[in-house]
Amino acid sequence: MLRALLLILSVVAIAHAELCKPDAQNAFKVRISIKTALGDNAYAWDANEEYLFKAMVAFAMRRYSSKSTTQISNVLLCNVTDRVSFWFVVTDSSKNVTTVPGSEVEAAIRMNRNRINNAFLLSDKTLQFLKITSTLSPPVEPSTPVWLIVFGVVLCLILAGIVFLIVSGIQKHKKKNKESTERENLEEKVEVTLENGIPCEALDLKAGHINGVFAADDDRFTSL
Amino acid sequence: MCLLIRLVIKKLDRNWQAQLLRLSLPSEPGWRSAATSACKKAMEKSRPLWDNPLQFVFACISYAVGLGNVWRFPYLCQMYGGGKWVQKCVVHVHALSPQLGPGQRGVSPSIPTGVASVVVSFFLSMYYNVINAWAFWYLFHSFQDPLPWATCPLNSNRTGYEEECEKTSSTQYFWYRQTLNISPSLEASGSVQWEQALCLTLAWLVVYLCILRGTASTGKVVYVTASLPYCVLIIYLIRGLTLHGAVNGLVYMFTPKVQKTLLNPKAWISAATQIFFSLGLGFGSLIAFASYNEPSNNCQRHAIIVSLINSTTSIFASIVTFSIYGFKATFNYESCINKVILLLLNAFDLEEGSLTADNLNEMKDYLMATYPQEFAQLAPQIKNCSLEAELDTAVQGTGLAFIVYSEAIKNMEVPQLYSVLYFFMLLMLGIGSMLGNTAAILTPLTDSRAIASRFPKEVISGVVCFVNCIIGLIFTMEAGNYWFDIFNDYAATLSLLLIVLVETIAVCYIYGIRRFEKDLYTMIGRKPNWYWKIMWAFVSPLLIISLFIFYITDYILTGTLQYQAWDATQVRGLGLHFFSVLDLPYFLKRLKRERVATVA
Repeated sequence: MLRALLLILSVVAIAHAELCKPDAQNAFKVRISIKTALGDNAYAWDANEEYLFKAMVAFAMRRYSSKSTTQISNVLLCNVTDRVSFWFVVTDSSKNVTTVPGSEVEAAIRMNRNRINNAFLLSDKTLQFLKITSTLSPPVEPSTPVWLIVFGVVLCLILAGIVFLIVSGIQKHKKKNKESTERENLEEKVEVTLENGIPCEALDLKAGHINGVFAADDDRFTSL
Repeated sequence: MCLLIRLVIKKLDRNWQAQLLRLSLPSEPGWRSAATSACKKAMEKSRPLWDNPLQFVFACISYAVGLGNVWRFPYLCQMYGGGKWVQKCVVHVHALSPQLGPGQRGVSPSIPTGVASVVVSFFLSMYYNVINAWAFWYLFHSFQDPLPWATCPLNSNRTGYEEECEKTSSTQYFWYRQTLNISPSLEASGSVQWEQALCLTLAWLVVYLCILRGTASTGKVVYVTASLPYCVLIIYLIRGLTLHGAVNGLVYMFTPKVQKTLLNPKAWISAATQIFFSLGLGFGSLIAFASYNEPSNNCQRHAIIVSLINSTTSIFASIVTFSIYGFKATFNYESCINKVILLLLNAFDLEEGSLTADNLNEMKDYLMATYPQEFAQLAPQIKNCSLEAELDTAVQGTGLAFIVYSEAIKNMEVPQLYSVLYFFMLLMLGIGSMLGNTAAILTPLTDSRAIASRFPKEVISGVVCFVNCIIGLIFTMEAGNYWFDIFNDYAATLSLLLIVLVETIAVCYIYGIRRFEKDLYTMIGRKPNWYWKIMWAFVSPLLIISLFIFYITDYILTGTLQYQAWDATQVRGLGLHFFSVLDLPYFLKRLKRERVATVA
């Protein structure tokens, strides 16, 4: 009895060993970088963490296909290194000594990647499933590109400035023209009175008197 | 009071003096208002002036301190080693006075500037404003989190990054693909990029806004465009010096490579050329600015001030740039080392943390000895990281401004703030220089009676800006950056040298150094001493002639001139020179005519 039990156990162990080994069929390599992700808060990778990992994979398989009855004992880990990296396979409990096809495992893990990452406080980069590519999240793009909004604001300001300057320039020009025509009228009157030689007022007030202001005419003006 | 006004007007324009004297100006109260308004009318029709000498200095600084100080001088420092700043100080001041003097004297700038300078300025303003358009583009994109050049975009399956971006870096991808959308060669012109065309239009609208009212508006704008870059540079200096790895860059900058720099003739020549370009000699802008001065302005002192400020700014900007270089080089070096470490850890399944930067070399030897086969397989992927190599990658021009700086900025904290500050500073520098360029084109146009009497100033400025904008659309096409490189490298160098040479010889020999001396005496009240006279009459022309000969021989020996494509190729750029140089004999003739007139 005991011998039969031992024989069955050894067969199972050997079968397991054959199922899970590097580059086996339907096996995946996992690489974990805890120190890179957590720095000083890094935890050590031990048997408990491995148990959690097996549980998460079983959870992923169950969630992926509702028919699945994957147990924690179905997930086999092997070749754990210091890096930390290891290989794992998922065995099929219904059929003896076979592994679940890699595509199913891949799909299950992809679907639940976020939950698995969060269980270990890691990210896609620090918990790598080497053959399973992760879908990268696209950057958030607003409906109108931001740069167009800023461009619009600046353009409106500049155009407002230009219009303001042009309009005020035209207004100043008009005012100047009006003023200059008024001044020209005034100057014409001045010149007309002067061109007669002696201003009329001086003649009226002081007839015959020589007005000192106009007598020294020539000295006042510098020669050309 | 009116006597004072007459004295001032006499210096400006003889016509108006004659007109004023016809009106008698007694001091009786009845006539006072008419007299003062008559004086004012005469004053207004005369030439516009700067409000105060400070505006003129700021305008010159704003024009001279441009993008060249920020991106070309640090590049030359890197190429020829740290002793560059010694050369710069030596070569600087002497070329500037013959530019400012004649403009201020009251000789209308359209004559000495000549059609040659106007043509060169026209070429320059055509392509220079595209830089402002690019600065606007980057500025508008800085208001996002994360910055668009910080990460590569995803490919169509969303499984990885865009292939082109993976091969180069995200900042280069953003510049070459998303900004320029560059074509593989000059021949494949491609279509006009509407985003860049919009930014170029905006840039020209801004320039139009600033030059709209002539010196009235330009005078106010230059206060901002001259001082703001310094504020930003100071902020960047503080930020740059506190960055990790900045010291490496500074040490690199200040170690002169004696053989490379002080004994290398090419280094001296590139220093001289850079100064010419930097100060903007020969473009006519400085003459145009100086013509708006009061004749009593001390132009000699201003020449020295502007040159010194230009040199100091270049060195200051280099300190900032080299601390940023140091940061970027250190960052890249450390990333490279980390990548090698990760590669080795993954390949040999070693424990995390067993490989560090310090023990990397010993571990590599150990692994090579222990696992020779696997190591040999890995060997092509293991890069030799070197800090020196990172520091030696010299980049100039648009590459430095838009790629290197944006790469450094994306790695800082609060990158949006630094990005906005930096590109705003680039904009201020670019617009300051554009004001000078457009002044060189507009001043002759507004001075000529034929055009100025028919169209108001606003319309002339508008037409010039519009024409430049339309032609500038060439640079927004897919091959536009290649055209930009050609214009940047070849459009102005030879013609500038020739123009400045002719101007110096004209002022010193044809006009006569004694007469120039006398003019300076009437303007600033003392004669220049023998040092300046020797410099102007002998040293400067000799320097310029030797530079000129060097460039001509260089061009002849090189053969076809090249440009760098996103895939390298060859092209000819010589044709651009001839157009502007042909106008010089015309300019000489007009100068002789002026001389005859003043003697009579």
